[in-house]
Parts: sequence; structure tokens; C-alpha cells
Amino acid sequence: MNILQACLLLSTLLFGIGLAGALARGNAILVLLGIELMLNAANLNFIAFWRFGPTPTPATGVIFVIFSIAVAAAEAAVGLALVISIYRHQKNIRLEEADRLKG
Amino acid sequence: MINFAFALIAFLLLASAATAMALRNIIHSALLLVVSWFSLAMFYLWAGAEFAAFAQVLIYAGAISMVVLFAVLLTQRTLGDFTLAPESRRRALAAVLAGAAVAAAMAYAVLNSSLAVASTPAPTVTVREIGEQLMGPQAAALLVVGAILTVALVGAVVIAAQEKK
Repeated sequence: MNILQACLLLSTLLFGIGLAGALARGNAILVLLGIELMLNAANLNFIAFWRFGPTPTPATGVIFVIFSIAVAAAEAAVGLALVISIYRHQKNIRLEEADRLKG
Repeated sequence: MINFAFALIAFLLLASAATAMALRNIIHSALLLVVSWFSLAMFYLWAGAEFAAFAQVLIYAGAISMVVLFAVLLTQRTLGDFTLAPESRRRALAAVLAGAAVAAAMAYAVLNSSLAVASTPAPTVTVREIGEQLMGPQAAALLVVGAILTVALVGAVVIAAQEKK
């Protein structure tokens, strides 16, 4: 196992933790945080390939991570606004009870 | 020495993330996720991506953690009680199994692919180079990200704002 594979395994484990958290918890904020962990695992991969990949390019990985962090910030803002809006309607943020659109 | 630093960062990152996802108290979860975002910034510093590390600290450990804490505090019914009702054991088991299965499949793929490591020294990138890239070849992407952020933040205000009847 070389260092690139070690980095990829680290990001794999982080992704697994985020996925398990997002699926296990019923609280909307914790589900959103699990999704953020999965996004962070993807960013870790970008940096790992940029640093240890076969043909490292000068700035591509870093710029990709910067754009990814910007999009993640926008996603977190919209997600938490939705959480607050759900709370205003049903007075809690349990996802099992947010089923008003269910067919 | 470098591998010891990597192991330390990996342990800190995974332990804080896993504990945060398992805890009952949601404030403790949010604060532990700040620790895991910080350790991800430490990983970026270890890998030589200083600018990404500082962006991670500023945006995740600084801004997103504050927004999360505000959302936690704004959605509490009873003051000072941050413990959540326990999830059903079956659902937790199924979620952990799903996460472990996905992680195992990806780990199998990683370990069985021949990933060559570059023998060249680490690519060094200065902030000046990043700025020239952002203003030159990546200028269109930068504009799109600016538009996305503007639309998303205005949309967040519209969604969360209390409408007066």
C-alpha cells in the first residue's frame, strides 16, 4: 500500500462514516452534517490525487477544492434555511414527520 | 515522521467524525465536527495545499460551524435540552451496515487498482499562482460560483424569513 492508497482509504472511511450518519439519524441537522462529511471526503481525494498523483499539475487540485468548498457552503446555507422552515411548520425537525408531500 | 503525522491526522479525523455521528447530544456533535474539519485542514497542510487548508478553516470551521450552531439553537423546543430521542436500533444497524458495505467496496477497489505515485517532488503552488489561475483560465468558473453563492444565499433568506401575515 503506497501513500496515495492510504489517503484514498482515509477518504473512503470518512465517506462511510458520513453515509452511515446520514442514514442513521432522524435529526435533519445531523443528516446535513453527514452529507458535509461525504463532501469533505471528496475534497480529500482531490488533494490526494493532486499531491501524489502520477502527473501532478501546478494548481488544479487546489482550485478544484476551492470551488467545491464554495458550492458546499451554498448547500449548507440553503439546507439549514430549509431546516428552520420545516421547524416553523411542524415544530420539530425529525425527518420521519416531514412527510406532508408523501403520496 | 511524515507517516506518523499522517496516522495522527487520520485518527483524529475519523475518531471525531465517528463520535460526532454517534452522540446523542447535538451540540456535542456539532463541536466534534469542528474538530474533524480542523483535522482535515491539518491534512491539507500536511499534503502541501496551504491555501485549501486556510479556506477549510475559514469556511468550514469558521462559517459553516457557526451557521450549524445557530440552526441547532433556533430549532430547540425546550430551552437547554439538546439530547435527542434515541433512534431505532434496527435503523441504526441498517445504516452502519450500508456505510460499511459502501466503504468496503470502495476500499477493495482502491487496494486492487495500480495507483502509481509520482516520484517528482511535491507541486508547489503559491497564492499568486492560484490568483492568476482564477482570474485567467478559470475566470468563467469563478463567475459561475459567484452567481451560485448569490442565488443560494438570497434563496436561503427567502426560505427562512418569517412572512408577516
